Amino acid sequence: MNSTYWSWERFLDALPFVLDGLWITIVLTISCFLFSLLFGFVWTFLKRIPIKSFNWIVTWVMEFIRSTPPLVQLFFIYYAWPVIPVVGVTLSPMTSAILGLGLHFSTYIAEIYRAGIESVEKGQWEAAKALNLSTMDKWRMIILPQAIPPTIPMLGNYFIIMFKEVPLASTISVAEILLRANTYGARNFAYLEPLTIVGIIFLVLSYPSAVLIRKLEVKMNTRFDKNAAAKSS
Amino acid sequence: MTITILLAASLFAYIMAFVAGLSRLSRNIIIRKVGGFYVEVFRGTSLIVQLFWLYYAIPMLLNIQVASNWWIGVIAIGLNYGAYLSEVVRSSILSVDQGQTEAATALNMSSFQRMRFIIFPQAVRMMLPEFGNYTIQILKGTSLVSLIGLTDVLYYGDIIRSTNASITPIVYLVVLVFYFLLALPLIWLTRKGEEIAKKGAASQ
Amino acid sequence: MTAPIVQYRDVCKSFGDVEVLKGINLDINPAEKVAVIGPSGSGKTTIIRLLMTLEEPTSGDIVVDGKNLWKMEKNGDMVRANENHLRNVRGDIGMVFQHFNLFPHMTILENCMTAPVHVKKENKDEVRKRAVEMLERVGLGDKIDNYPSQLSGGQKQRVAMARAVVMRPKIMLFDEVTSALDPELVGEVLEVIRDLAQHEDMAMVLVTHEMDFALDIADKVLFLDEGVIAEQGSAKEVIEHSQNERLQSFLSRFRS
Repeated sequence: MNSTYWSWERFLDALPFVLDGLWITIVLTISCFLFSLLFGFVWTFLKRIPIKSFNWIVTWVMEFIRSTPPLVQLFFIYYAWPVIPVVGVTLSPMTSAILGLGLHFSTYIAEIYRAGIESVEKGQWEAAKALNLSTMDKWRMIILPQAIPPTIPMLGNYFIIMFKEVPLASTISVAEILLRANTYGARNFAYLEPLTIVGIIFLVLSYPSAVLIRKLEVKMNTRFDKNAAAKSS
Repeated sequence: MTITILLAASLFAYIMAFVAGLSRLSRNIIIRKVGGFYVEVFRGTSLIVQLFWLYYAIPMLLNIQVASNWWIGVIAIGLNYGAYLSEVVRSSILSVDQGQTEAATALNMSSFQRMRFIIFPQAVRMMLPEFGNYTIQILKGTSLVSLIGLTDVLYYGDIIRSTNASITPIVYLVVLVFYFLLALPLIWLTRKGEEIAKKGAASQ
Repeated sequence: MTAPIVQYRDVCKSFGDVEVLKGINLDINPAEKVAVIGPSGSGKTTIIRLLMTLEEPTSGDIVVDGKNLWKMEKNGDMVRANENHLRNVRGDIGMVFQHFNLFPHMTILENCMTAPVHVKKENKDEVRKRAVEMLERVGLGDKIDNYPSQLSGGQKQRVAMARAVVMRPKIMLFDEVTSALDPELVGEVLEVIRDLAQHEDMAMVLVTHEMDFALDIADKVLFLDEGVIAEQGSAKEVIEHSQNERLQSFLSRFRS
């Protein structure tokens, strides 16, 4: 029965079993994304605090989170966090995954926010000042409405990237599609078909979204070019 | 182990990046489509899925016992990031200003000479920062090889953890710091790359 | 009477539905200095881009030194030229661009040396000597190891001219070479062109908006209007004796 070859029978048998994990994958993706959007704001805010040494610390903490593997970060939160005295709490696999992946990607999201804010022309800041707007009004009425639109395609890209990183959560026993596939594989000693299914699911969901975002990006770019053209003439 | 995989996988990814990136710019539609297929498949699925797939599929499909999982790790990581980097290669070449091609034509260069002396050297400069960034990604990706039973730094961390739970936080912290120390020179190189890229290329 | 070095015969060029050139007939003699003037959008730049093989004509022939540029003979038929043929014929043509198009990753000297060494396979030392001489002649002898990003626009354009001349072309094309420059830098570039026009025996085609300068150095002036050569002749003929109303109104914009 441990055939070395491909079997369509097994493929069809494994399909519903693996698909059962899909909605966990999706829920986890959305949760991680929302968490990282939120935490991205926190980083952006922290980085704008004009104290040099503090700024330096924030920058390097972000660099640390960004350049170390999310897998190890997951393990840290899931296995190590509960053991730490005083602050340690045991977290469910799902919560650990949301925290771990969300935190990891929030450092990238923060970069996107920063780029969005920096894309607002200097003149706009000066104009806001000239109009004597309060800090709150300046951000609400002038800066954010211009800073947010260009970030949307980039954020979309990160949504897809996170979707593809969610299977890491299988390593801390979140029952998303990869874990389901591995479970099926262990039970029947046939990994090829369930893993292929996982690959196909990712391809089928992420490729069209990527194409969609590319289109959105082109659309945004032309809009911005028009703005630029209007500016120069 | 982590370091050898990092080096081999990076090298493999760079090679794949140029092979796939250039083939996607080829005039031959078949070469272009094959390159495109590779890129979309490997960018469209996760590294961890590819790693497991290759780990189980290669021995099954080809009916061979792969000499070592080290190779599977290198191939999976190399193919995955090669696909991402090929987009960097492609877009850098395309973003070299059209006027550069025209000036080279006016100096009567052949299309090969244009590529070799004018377009490629500028495109490579533009690629440097992204290659640096992706090498950091590759470094992070190497952590996955412990999942297919390779004895990398994370694997040893797991072993220590299972023998003494109370030192778990320290173990993982050490692992994280280890990765960060490896990443530091790459971060530095990426910043250098940005400086070089700013100077030496005419981009559109 | 010498044979013309460049001949345009009924050359037309369209971009999509837009007909930019509608039947150009033109002879350029060796060492002749030709100025092409006309309103923007009249197809001036396209004329020289066709000759540099940067665009392909929709119909008609361009003959360079007796050889058809865009067509070649194959088994008795005239077929579309391949790259080899183009390279053979365009070897005598050089061009200077509006936006300089210097190679940013090379020093000034390397910019001038790469093509003679690798394309014409000339001796490196000999090329270096010639390139340095040429750079000195355009007043940049002290900048040869600088990169283009360290130069002003006028200096960049002087390098671009040196780069083209080092290839020893028989025909030099100038595509609005002062249009991208700050006004105070135009003079130094025009001085170099004047120097080349007086001391080099290559043919020159200048597409330009610098009317007085063009009329001053040109042997022949072409007035291009809506894709056709509406008027041609010596500067004196074109300016003083032309009855062409559009030319007069065009010229009046440059006279105050």
